[in-house]
Formats: sequence, structure tokens, C-alpha cells
Amino acid sequence: MFQSTEQNFRAARNEKVAKLLLGALTVVLILPVFMILTTLVVKGAPAISWEFLTTNPKDGMTAGGILPALVGTVWLVAVALVASVPVGVAAAVYLTEYAPDNWLTRAINLAIINLAGVPSIVHALFGVGAFVLFFELGTSILAASLTLAIMALPVVIVATREALQAVPHSFREACWAMGATRWQTIRHVVLPNSVSGILTGVILEVSRTAGETAPIMFTGAAFFLPFLPQSVYDQTMALSLHLFVVTTQVPGVPVAMPYGVALVLVAVVLIMNAGSIWLRMYLRGKKKW
Amino acid sequence: MSRDEERVDARDVAWYVDKVASTLIFVGGISAVVFIVGIFAFVTREGLAFVVGRFDFVEFFTSIAWRPTSLLRPTFGALGLIAGTAAVTGLAMLVSIPVSMGVAIYIAEFARGRTREVLKVLVELLAAVPSVVWGFIGLMIMNPLIIDVFDVPLGLGVLNSGLILGLMAAPIMTTLAEDALKAVPDSYREAGEAMGATRWQVITRVVLPAAKRGLVAAALLGVGRGFGETMAVLMASGHAIHLPTSVFDSVRALTATIAAELGEAPVGSDHYRALFTLGIFLFVITFFINLTADVLVRRVKKE
Repeated sequence: MFQSTEQNFRAARNEKVAKLLLGALTVVLILPVFMILTTLVVKGAPAISWEFLTTNPKDGMTAGGILPALVGTVWLVAVALVASVPVGVAAAVYLTEYAPDNWLTRAINLAIINLAGVPSIVHALFGVGAFVLFFELGTSILAASLTLAIMALPVVIVATREALQAVPHSFREACWAMGATRWQTIRHVVLPNSVSGILTGVILEVSRTAGETAPIMFTGAAFFLPFLPQSVYDQTMALSLHLFVVTTQVPGVPVAMPYGVALVLVAVVLIMNAGSIWLRMYLRGKKKW
Repeated sequence: MSRDEERVDARDVAWYVDKVASTLIFVGGISAVVFIVGIFAFVTREGLAFVVGRFDFVEFFTSIAWRPTSLLRPTFGALGLIAGTAAVTGLAMLVSIPVSMGVAIYIAEFARGRTREVLKVLVELLAAVPSVVWGFIGLMIMNPLIIDVFDVPLGLGVLNSGLILGLMAAPIMTTLAEDALKAVPDSYREAGEAMGATRWQVITRVVLPAAKRGLVAAALLGVGRGFGETMAVLMASGHAIHLPTSVFDSVRALTATIAAELGEAPVGSDHYRALFTLGIFLFVITFFINLTADVLVRRVKKE
């Protein structure tokens, strides 16, 4: 017969206490998200208007809008995507479809972890040393975007690898059995079946690169440049750097303005991110195999 | 050539396309290695002239006099910067390691179904907030708050940037720690429960010991992240270079120094090269942190 001993009772009570404490910790971690979002919305919303989004800054950036920064961020992210998605997808294809279990593969995996772990300011130094000076691109959108592309590469690789691994091996075997080459199998079976998974990684990369500041500070983003960029060799303003500048570098900015810039930046980043998470969950639920 | 040999050769267009594709994919595959070597090479290339020339090992690691722009006698003592980074990262880890481990245990072992999914998404969104926004929060929200609550003249310093950094590192650590707990086979838990243990007993006596290495790796990667964080520390830590003696002290971190000074340092000057030397230092340290974490995780996988 089971009898409730003192020991059982204590163990059950410990479990309740532990669960409660850990639950409270979770709330402590999650709560700041809501506090920050609320503060940004409450203080930033008054600054945001159609005019704020579509005009140049004026009066030494203490008034006016953020159009060049918004457009500049779109340029930086777009060029970074063009540069990094093909390379990242190729890397993921190599790792899932070709790579033997050897030292090289291990080195590649270690390099990916390190690319993600290297401080962003070191990426910036690399961008200055390699793209701005050595390859003589100057401080330009191209130099900044290439720096961002390398920094964001692990995001694309990891997401793509996950998408490729989700394609069952039997699909590939069926294709090989038909006499298809490796590349034909990848091109016509593996990639079409993982394209939406790759898309989640691409959206995630957009969200990541849009918020980066340190890597573009010295490679192509300008503090103040009231023109829209015309080519990838121009410098540009960027939303993230603009937030830094109006918060720390410009005296006499009305307090609502940096909140407005922060709200726009956070909105862009979080909406993209949430979209990527939603797409991932949707795909997981829809999977047919 | 006999007709038999001719028939064996089946190299058509598809064969050549396949060869070209696999070469390109291989190039893409090793790109990450090329880039990581490239980063080290290019940062070293700019910093090397300082390391072999002006660099004084003793001064760099034992002096707090970082006066690279002094006209009479520039000095390059990085101890104050190292201490700044250590203080901020240390406080951040003190806050975020217990919190993230606790949250990871809650999500992996207690939360069920929808609650768990929602919590995971929220943690992921927390990780997505850009570092410049964290810096903004430190400067505009935390700074006045700290001044009010603790009645100190300045709210920018170790406490502010440590807390901000802790919040930034926590989601990453939580996700990695949760993965580590997930990697413990369910049969371990079932065996524990079959012995009559409560869930909490199973966690503390079975799951945590089994996931130990993965959890340490998660904490290490969090340390690496905090250590290399730039914008938030630049904006929330104040700017005084010294050895901090209290959590309210203003400090200057290694990363923040590079970000604050690179724009003013003339290309090729000692100052400019010294900043790249700090970059080499940061690169090497994060490399070893990541390497250690990787070794730990691999050992877990082998078991």
C-alpha cells in the first residue's frame, strides 16, 4: 500500500516551489519585452507620421523625417542579401548533400560558429581592412553590405541546412534511381522541397542585418547625408546608425524623435522576425511527410 | 579505341553540369572557413605593424593609461579597457546565467503545449532586438531609473550595461540550454519517474547532471556574446577608463573603444593600428571561447 510519508510530502512541496520560482524567473525574463515595447510605442508613436517617414532630416537632424535612413537600410539589406544568400545556400547544400565526415567539414562547422560569434566590431574592422581599403571600395554601400553579408552568413546557412535536412532521404534515392545526377537531384527535388524553409532564413537575415550598427559605422553608413543613394558606390544613412546618432551625437533633439526612430527600427526588425517564426511553424504543421 | 569503351563513356551535358555545380557548391561550402581566416588575416594585416613595433606587452596588459592621441607621449595601456569589459561581462553573466538556466528548465521540463510554444517565440523575439536599441534603452530608460532608485549622479556604468548585456545574452543562453536539456533522452526521465521520483527530483538528479556539458557550453557562448557586444556597451557604460570599484562606476569596454575611436584615428597611425590590435585580441579570445564550447558540445554528441 502507498502511504503518504513525510518524505513524499516534502518532495512534492519542493517540486511546487521549484516550479513556481522557475515560472517567476521566466516572467522576469519575458516582462522586459513588454515593458520596452510599451515604452517605445507610448513615447515614440507621437513622433511618427507620414511626414516623418517620407521627408529628410532638417535643422541639424533635430527635426524632419528619416527617409534617407529608411531607404539606406533597404539598400544595405538588399545588397547584403544578394551577396550572402547564394553563398549561404551553397554552403548548406555542401554540408547536407556532399560533405564527408572529415576534418574539413568539422573546420567548416567551427568556422560557421565563429562567424556568428566574432564581435560585430571585429567584423567592422575586417570590413575596413578588406573592403574599404584593400579592395578599394571606399566607404560605400557595397563595402558595408559585404561586411553585413559575411556577418549574416551563419543565419542563412543554419536555416537552409535545417530546411534541406527536413527533405527525406528517400526522395533523393528515388531521384538517383532514375539516373539523375547529384546536381539534378538537388536542383529538381531537394531545393524545391525546401525553398520555403530557406525563405524563413532569408527573412531572419533581413531582420538581423537591418538592426546591425557597428559593422556599417565605418564601412559605408554616414551620420548625416540628406540624399538618397544612387548606386552601391555611394555612402548612405541607415536607420540603426541614425538611432545612435540622434541619441548620442546631436544636442537638442526633441525627446520624442529618438523614440520614434527606435520604434520604427524595432517594428521593422520584430515584424520580420515574427513573420519568419510564423512561416516556420506554418511549414512544420503543413509537412506532408 | 574499341566500340565497347566508347559506349562506357556516358559523359553528357548533365555530367559536366554536375561537375561544375559540385565545384561551385564546394567553393560555397568552404566559404565560411575562407571568411574566418580572412577576418583574422585582414585585421592582423592592419594591426601587425603596431604589434611588432610600438606594442609593449607589459604596458598593454598592466597599464590603465590609454592615451593614444597624446601628442607628447601616447600610451597604449589596455588594462582599464580589459577591466571594463570584464566588469560588464561579469555582472551580465551573474544575472543572466541563473535566469537563463532557470527559464530553460521551465520551458524544457515544466511548460507544456501552447504555453511552451509562446514562451519560445517570446524568447526568440527578445533575442531579435538590435543591440543599438538595447543601447538606446540603457541610455534613455535605465539611466534615469538608476539615478532615481540609487540616488547616484550618473546611471551609465557597470550596473546599467551589465543588466542590458544580461538581458541580451539571456535569450541565446536560454535557447542553447534548452537544446541541451532536450538532448537528454526521455528514457532517463522515465527511469527516474518509475523509481517514484518527483519531476523536480528527476531534473536535479538526472537531467541536469546528464546535460551538464551542454549547459556549460551554452553559458560559454553567452559569455562570448556579452564579451563582444559593442553598441549597447558603447551607449550604456559611460566612458571613463579606469579600474571600476563599484557597480555605479562608469567604464569603457574594449569593443566600445574601437567603435568610439576608429572614426577619428588617421589610417595607418599608431592609434589606428592599436585599435586593430584590440580587434585581434577580441578575435582570439572569442575564438577560444567558441572552440571550447564546440568541443564540449561535440563530446556530448559522441556520448
